[in-house]
Amino acid sequence: MEFDVVDLSRLQFAMTALYHFLFVPLTIGLSILLATMETVYVMTGREIWKRMVKFWGTLFGINFVLGVATGLTMEFQFGMNWAYFSQYVGDVFGAPLAIEGLMAFFMEATFVGLFFFGWDKLSKRQHLAATWAVAIGTNFSALWILIANGWMQNPVGSMFNPDTMRMEVTSFFDVLFNPVAQAKFVHTVSAGYVTAAMFMLGVSAWYLLQGRHVAIAKRSMAIASAFGFASALSVVVLGDESGYEANLNQKMKLATMEAMWETEPAPASFHIVAWPDMEKRENLYAIEIPYVMGLIATRSLDTVIPGIKDLVDRSKDRIRQGAIAWDALQKIRANPETAGEDIRETFEQNANSLGFAYLLLPYTDNPMEATTEQVEAAAWSTVPNVFPMFYAFRIMVACGFYFIVFTSVLFYYSSKGRLDVLREKRRWILHLAVWSIPLPFIACEMGWFIAEYGRQPWIIESMLPTSVGVSSLSVTEVLLTLAGFVVLYSTLLVIEVALMIKYIKIGPDDGEPADGQQPTAEQPVSGAATVPAE
Amino acid sequence: MILHEFIDYSTLKVIWWVLLGVLLIGFAVMDGFDMGVGALLPFVAETDIERRVVINTIGPTWEGNQVWFILAGGAIFAAWPPLYAISFSGFYLAMFVVLAAMILRPVAFKYRSKRPDPSWRTAWDWALFTGSFVPALVFGVAVGNVLLGVPFSLDNDLRMTYEGSFFGLFSPFSLLCGLLSVAMLVMHGAVWLVMRASGDIAKRARLFGTVAAISGIILFALGGYLVYSGYVEGFRITSDVDPNMQANPLAKQAVIEAGAWMNNYTAYPYLWAIPGLGFVGLIGTLLLLQTRLEMLIFPFSKTAVSGIIATVGISMFPFILPSSVQPEASLTVWDASSTHRTLFNMLVATAIFLPLILVYTAWVYKVLWGKVDEETIERDNHTAY
Repeated sequence: MEFDVVDLSRLQFAMTALYHFLFVPLTIGLSILLATMETVYVMTGREIWKRMVKFWGTLFGINFVLGVATGLTMEFQFGMNWAYFSQYVGDVFGAPLAIEGLMAFFMEATFVGLFFFGWDKLSKRQHLAATWAVAIGTNFSALWILIANGWMQNPVGSMFNPDTMRMEVTSFFDVLFNPVAQAKFVHTVSAGYVTAAMFMLGVSAWYLLQGRHVAIAKRSMAIASAFGFASALSVVVLGDESGYEANLNQKMKLATMEAMWETEPAPASFHIVAWPDMEKRENLYAIEIPYVMGLIATRSLDTVIPGIKDLVDRSKDRIRQGAIAWDALQKIRANPETAGEDIRETFEQNANSLGFAYLLLPYTDNPMEATTEQVEAAAWSTVPNVFPMFYAFRIMVACGFYFIVFTSVLFYYSSKGRLDVLREKRRWILHLAVWSIPLPFIACEMGWFIAEYGRQPWIIESMLPTSVGVSSLSVTEVLLTLAGFVVLYSTLLVIEVALMIKYIKIGPDDGEPADGQQPTAEQPVSGAATVPAE
Repeated sequence: MILHEFIDYSTLKVIWWVLLGVLLIGFAVMDGFDMGVGALLPFVAETDIERRVVINTIGPTWEGNQVWFILAGGAIFAAWPPLYAISFSGFYLAMFVVLAAMILRPVAFKYRSKRPDPSWRTAWDWALFTGSFVPALVFGVAVGNVLLGVPFSLDNDLRMTYEGSFFGLFSPFSLLCGLLSVAMLVMHGAVWLVMRASGDIAKRARLFGTVAAISGIILFALGGYLVYSGYVEGFRITSDVDPNMQANPLAKQAVIEAGAWMNNYTAYPYLWAIPGLGFVGLIGTLLLLQTRLEMLIFPFSKTAVSGIIATVGISMFPFILPSSVQPEASLTVWDASSTHRTLFNMLVATAIFLPLILVYTAWVYKVLWGKVDEETIERDNHTAY
C-alpha cells in the first residue's frame, strides 16, 4: 500500500485525536462527579465523602495528566500538518481555540493543583470552590473545542475573501451559537458523564464483588448510577438532535451512516443490519424497520431524505458551479487591482461552491475544462466509505441504549437500598459492570469517527477538501512523527492503565487493609445499608 | 455590528503584536522556571527525597504554567494565522521534538512518585530533565532562526513551501540563541529553587544560577554584537505599506540588509532601554545570588527573561517571520494578521479573561507559598509528588 502525505497526516491526526479522546471524556465526567461528591461532603460533613473524593481524585489525576499531555499535540498539529487549512480558516477557527485557553483550560489547570495539594491549606468551602472550578473549566473547554469543531461541520458566520485567500468571520455570534456546535457540545459532555459513571460503577462493582471498601463502593454506585442514568438518556436524546442537524447540513454523512444509496419515499426505513458494497453502490443484504429513519432524521412523515446517489448528482451541479468560481478567482488573484466588477460578481455568485472545484484538482489542472467523467469521479469522491460509517454508528447507538438499560438497573437497586442483593444473589450484574468499563470508551471513539470520518472528503464541510488543507511536508517527515507518536502514546497508555489498576487495587483510604486481603469486618463502616436514605 | 471599528485596524495589529510578546514572555516567565527547575533536577538534588523537594516546589503549579504554552499557540492561531501555519509546519520536526519532550513532562510529574522503585523514579527524573531542557534549547534555536530569516516561500495562493531541513536549523548563531535560552531559563529556575527550597539544594542552586547568569550575560552580549556588527543580517521593507491593509504578505517589497535589525534603535534611541533591561535583570540576578536577599532575586530574573525576549521583538518590528529566500513574502505586523473583526473580538476576550487569570493565579501561588523541605514532603507523603 502506498501512502501520500495527505493519508499519513490524516492517520496521524486520527491517531493522536483518538488517543486524546480516550482520556478526555473520563476527565469531563469525573470532574463533575468529584465536585458533586465534595459538595455532599461539605453539606453533610461526613468524612467518608471526603475519602471518596480523594480516592476517585487519585484516579482522576492519573487520567487527567494524559489528557493534558496528548492535548498539547492537538493545539499545534493544525499548524504542523494542516498549514494551508490553518492559513485558510485561522481567522474563524483560531478564536475558539484561543478562548478555550483563556477562559477554560487556564482555570482548569490552575485549580487542579489546589484540588490535589490544597486540602490542608484551604477551608472546606474554598477547596470545594477549587474543585468546581476544575469541573467547570473542563466542561467549558469542551464547549469551545466543539464550537471550533462544529464550525468545521457547519461553517456558518463566515465568507471567503478572494483578496486574502481565506475564510473570514462575518458574524462571531453565528459561530458561537452554531446549532451543530451546541448539539455536539451537549452530546459530547453527556457522553463524558456516561463514561465516568460507567467507570465508577465498574470499579465499585469490583469492590463489592471482593467485599472490600463496601461503604465507599455503595455510595459511589448510588451517585454514579443516578448520574449515569440521566446522562445516558441525555446522550441518546442529544445524539438524536445531532442526527437531525446532520440532515439539515451534512446529508451525505447521514446517508452513509444509514447506507442509504437510493432516495426512498418518506418516511424512510431504518437499516438494522446491512452489507454495503462501495463498488456496486448498493447493499448486498439488509434488514429494515419501516418509517423509523424518516421519523428520526426529519421528525416528520413526509420529508424525503436524499440517498447517496441523489446527493452525488447534486454535487455534480455544485462542481460545475465551483469551477466558474475557481476560474474567476484565478483572474482576481492574477490581477487584484484591475479585475473588473463583473469578474468579482461572477465570483461572488458562485463562491459558496468554490470548494467543490478543488475536488476536480486531482483529475485536471483546469476545472473549467473538466470532462463529464472527471466531474463524475469528483462527485463520487464526496462519499466517505459507507461500511465503517454504517457499523461505527450502530456500535455507538447499541452502546448508548445499553447504558440506559444498565444504569437504570443499577439505579433501581441502589435507590431501593438493595445493592446487597446484587452482592449475594445477582453477582453476574456486578461482573457485567466490571466488564462494561471499556464500552463507553469504545462508544466515544466511534462517535468521534462518525463525526470526523463522516465529514470526509471535507476538512471544512463543502468549503475545503482535506487534501487541499495539508502542509507541504515530505512523506518521510510525516512517517517519522507518526511512528514517534505511536510509540510514545502507546507506551504512556500502557503505563497509565497499569497505574490505574494498581491504584484501584490499593483502593480508597478507609482504614481497611490495602490490596487483596480480606477485610477484617463485614459490617458497614458508617451505616452503608442506609445510603439512599441520607 | 460595527463595534470593532471603534479601534483602528492598524492599532489593533500593534496591540496584538504587543500581546503576542506578552504571551511569549508570560510563557517564558511562568513555564520558564519550571523548565529551569526540571533541567537542574538531576544536578541540584542527589537523593530521592531531595529530588522530591525540588519537584514539589513546582508540583502544584506546573499545570497552570504550561497553559501559557497552549494559550500562546491558540492566540497565534487566532491573531496571526499565517505565522501559526508557516512556523509550525516549517519547523515540523523541531516542533515534534518539542512536543514529545513536553508530553513527557506532565506525565513525569504525576507518575514519578506513584511507585517506590528507584529505577522507575530515576527514569522519570530524566524524562523531566529532557522535557525541560530540550524545549528550552529548541525554542532558543527557533528564535535564532527567525532572526536569521526562515527559508520559506509563498505562491500566489499563499501556499507555503519550506526549503530548509531539520539540521539546517542548527547554525552557529541559532545555537548561540539556543544556549542563551537554556542559560536564561536555568538561571530563572535556580532563582526559584533558592527561594522555595533550602539547605544543600539551595546552595547548589545558587552555584548553578551564578554560572547560568554569567553565561547569560556573555551570550546576550555576544548575540547582540553579532546583530550589531551585521554578521546577522536584518530585513527592511522597501515599498510603501498601508498599515490598515487587508492581510496579504505578498503585497510588499523587502530586502535583506546587514544592520537592518538595528534600524529601530537608530530611529528611537530610547528603545535601547529594552536590551538594557535584559542586562539589568541578568546582572542584578548575578549579584543578588551572592547575597542573602533571596526574595529580591526573582523580580530581577523575571526582568532578565522579559527584557531578552522583548529585545528580539523590538529589533525585528514590524517583521514577525522574515523569509530568507523570498524576502517580500516575509510576515509583518501589517500584512499577516486576522481580520479587523477577529482581532477586536479576541481583544475583548483577552481584556476580560487575562486579568482574571492573573488574579486567580496569584491567589493560588499565595495559598501554596512557603519553603518546601524534607519535612514537608514527609508530612504530606500521600499528596506530594
